[in-house]
Amino acid sequence: MSAAATTDAFLERAPQLLRDAVTGFLPEPWRWIVNGIIAIAVILAVFGLLFAFLTLAERKILGRVQNRPGPNRAPTPTLPFLKFLGKIRTYGLAQPFADGVKALTKEDVVPRDADKLLHFLAPVALLAFSILTFAVIPYGRHLVPLELDAAVLYFFAAGASTELAVFMAGWASRNKYSLLAAMRALAQLISYELPLLLSWVPVVMLAGTLSTTGIVEAQAGWKWGFIPHWHVLTPWGFCGFVIFMVSALAESNRSPFDLPEAESELIAGHLTEYSGFKYALFFMAEYFGMIALSGMAITLFLGGWRAPLPFLEFVPSYAWFAVKLITLLLGFIWIRATFPRLRMDQLTRFAWKFLVPLALINLGTTTVWSLMAGSTALQIARWPICLALVVVPFVVIGRTLSAGVAPRTYRYAAS
Amino acid sequence: MLGTGLIQGLAVTAKNLVGSFHDPARYTTVEYPEVKQKLPEAYRNFPFLVAENAEDPMGTLRCVACLICEKECPPQCIYIVRERDAKGKVVTRPKVFDIDISVCMSCQICVEVCPFDAIKMDQEFEIATASRFDALLLKKEDLAKPNTYYHQIHPKEAAEVDAILAEQKAKAAATKAEAASKSEAAKATKPASATTPSPAAPRAEAPKPPPAA
Amino acid sequence: MGPHHPSTHGVFRMVVTLDGETIVKLKPVFGYLHRNHEKLGENTSYLASMPYTDRLDYLSSMTNNWAYAIAVEKLAGQPVPERAEYVRVILAELTRLLNHTCLAGFLMQDCGCSGTPLMYAFREREYILDLFESLSGSRMMCNYQRFGGCRVDPSADWLAGAKKLTDRYGMFLDEFEALLTGNEIIMARTQGVGRLSPELAINAAVTGPMLRATGVNYDLRKVDGYGVYPRFDFRVPLGDHGDVYDRYMIRVLEMRESIKILQQAFAGLPAGPILDSKSKNRGLRPKAGEAYGRIEGPKGEIGFYLLSDGGANPLRYRVRPPSFINLTILEDMCLGHTVADAVIILGSVDIVLGEVDR
Repeated sequence: MSAAATTDAFLERAPQLLRDAVTGFLPEPWRWIVNGIIAIAVILAVFGLLFAFLTLAERKILGRVQNRPGPNRAPTPTLPFLKFLGKIRTYGLAQPFADGVKALTKEDVVPRDADKLLHFLAPVALLAFSILTFAVIPYGRHLVPLELDAAVLYFFAAGASTELAVFMAGWASRNKYSLLAAMRALAQLISYELPLLLSWVPVVMLAGTLSTTGIVEAQAGWKWGFIPHWHVLTPWGFCGFVIFMVSALAESNRSPFDLPEAESELIAGHLTEYSGFKYALFFMAEYFGMIALSGMAITLFLGGWRAPLPFLEFVPSYAWFAVKLITLLLGFIWIRATFPRLRMDQLTRFAWKFLVPLALINLGTTTVWSLMAGSTALQIARWPICLALVVVPFVVIGRTLSAGVAPRTYRYAAS
Repeated sequence: MLGTGLIQGLAVTAKNLVGSFHDPARYTTVEYPEVKQKLPEAYRNFPFLVAENAEDPMGTLRCVACLICEKECPPQCIYIVRERDAKGKVVTRPKVFDIDISVCMSCQICVEVCPFDAIKMDQEFEIATASRFDALLLKKEDLAKPNTYYHQIHPKEAAEVDAILAEQKAKAAATKAEAASKSEAAKATKPASATTPSPAAPRAEAPKPPPAA
Repeated sequence: MGPHHPSTHGVFRMVVTLDGETIVKLKPVFGYLHRNHEKLGENTSYLASMPYTDRLDYLSSMTNNWAYAIAVEKLAGQPVPERAEYVRVILAELTRLLNHTCLAGFLMQDCGCSGTPLMYAFREREYILDLFESLSGSRMMCNYQRFGGCRVDPSADWLAGAKKLTDRYGMFLDEFEALLTGNEIIMARTQGVGRLSPELAINAAVTGPMLRATGVNYDLRKVDGYGVYPRFDFRVPLGDHGDVYDRYMIRVLEMRESIKILQQAFAGLPAGPILDSKSKNRGLRPKAGEAYGRIEGPKGEIGFYLLSDGGANPLRYRVRPPSFINLTILEDMCLGHTVADAVIILGSVDIVLGEVDR
């Protein structure tokens, strides 16, 4: 982590100060190692808890959308002499822990013919790669666990490696149905890698760096004092952001792209042969992927840890990051509550015939934008041009793809 | 336009989410068993036998063991054995009245066909039991409940039944009084005649269909 | 696809032969819920069979009761007072609302909406079920119609509650349509899937919304004009393509027409007896003969064929179950589609296993 500038507010420097208080006395190589371990532990703890409460939030929000409370009966654990603890109403906050206990205590069933090493490694690998991606996201002004020059590349490389683990899971089960399902899941993941990657190429082009801290730096400042320079507030940035979020939905197997893992009608999915803790690990990896991709979206498009308005800068940067992260995650949940699933072929067609062309055209739009960054007149002119370049392909390609599908009017019998 | 349908859907979902916090029509869960919903009066579950008197339920059952409900019950879940006195003559009381509630389908036909308003539908539904056989055969003792209980669970219906029964009783009493005075008069005018036909003992009124149940 | 699967509409099994992802052969296997309904009918009196009819299409017990009552009334020659006819129409249309709402919810659930439309649909159903409970004593197993009328006279309170519900139902339908009908994903999932041609539908004796979605104008409420339906002004929606989307939309449009019928029925409900004074229910022994009574149930034409020899029990008791007959063309509709589509097609046929298996 970079050294704290002493001009920052106290809250801003608080994590640094805390860490230095604990490790400041250690000699040099040890201090670096212990700082690293502390960073890892903090990330695991914070995002582990976030995952737990995210599952709860999802169930409660889904419940509220469906006119019912979510889980609200999970009691706190009791001991024989502390029975009163069980009577406290937790409003469901104890639910994730109850689920964790259930996952841990379930019997771990491994099929007899399964490839034992791969069967064990698959969830481990999946989780490992998912957590690796957390290393390069800047959570605050001085809170990047690892400063890399090619941070974005590293992030997506680690993220793409998770797909290997999905296939490992299907293959290791020695069950032809889960193998087929794993292949379908892999097809979905690979199809959506391309729009995912293409959507941030414009960002890197304009920011001029692959480093996440650099990209956040590039989004500094306010236009006319109140419109931040976030990438999402430009036509190409908005298009890129939407493509990125849709691909992120598909990459983390979330509704409406969750056919591989939903109660698949015939095939039970690539996770059939997993029970108990390993299943919980898969689940955790999916949510970590969601959180990591949201974090990356915030870094690339939403200005990272930057405040939206100048007078709001007194709120520490990690708080802003948290607010944006939670907003995006709530958006994921909202989408899950509303939309039905896409069929497999519709899914892949959507990726290849709609998202990829749009992402490629977006590259062109960004080039136009950056080339017109000269005088003020050009800067004003580039807005309608780039907006047209974003909207027109969207409408044209959308119309061609949904040619056979339209709302219908019905006739009534003439009697 | 593309995507507008999706956005409309998102708007509806958001409306429900926000509405669930302040609008009771959008948060319809009744958190049973802490909160119980009020049942409508007409709700029916399993039958019970009406006893006039709460202190002596077995002795004041309205049931006369006419066996009509046993015959009409579709799944044949009622089993009645008539009481016989010491000489073996039938007494209008049931000795055994069993209902197998694992068979009963709560169709209410027994209530409809009973001419004496003796069997009515109960509203108890929290009767889950762990015993598979014994607890699911309700005997006369379990089935008998007083008329006051009937008033509690079906107030309007019970009031109607009471009115009808009172009317029947009044009519029966009037007929009896008339017959008694007639026989008095007949005895007075023809003391030696033995051919005066004595009027038939007043019987209960012909079975009337019970009020809308 | 075994008897227990998540998109279950009851215990129903489909033996599906696949080529890659597409279906080349589909054999439905049912009978898991067979309860000897028709044989039981031969050994039970006419009145006692009434509660058994509740359990055929257990989502729409009022219409099952009505069809059976019509059959027995034809057999025994019993008239029905006018008020009872109106009340029967009201309850039948409420049942149609119940059934179509349930279908809309379940079809969307099969498409993959994680429960949201299902919960909205069931929230509205609860209000109607509460109405049925306060009228007949039971939400689903109503046992309400009798030969010659209805068992209970609905009170003014009940009618006011039902009227309020009807007036509010249009708003719920609007919200439901806003959520789903214009939804591009739903349209992409359901349009063009499970096409049924009108000729095949007629040849296979398909009835109900499934038939009307193919474009064939056949609604028993207009064709037979039973009860007091000819007095009401309502339209029959027809589809053009016969695919899943059409079947879903026809049902939504039929719900709107049902609301119109209900409003007219509430306005025109006459006073009078609810049960014909000379009607005989217990111990009914119709003269020897046969009768077939049918109505337009929510799923299609539900009919009862009764053969009497003068005794207390019918000699032969036969049900024409619409779900069973509509299921016979499942294979033809599913060929060439994927398994995910087969689930949606099955959902759009709208079966209830109680009726399929009896």
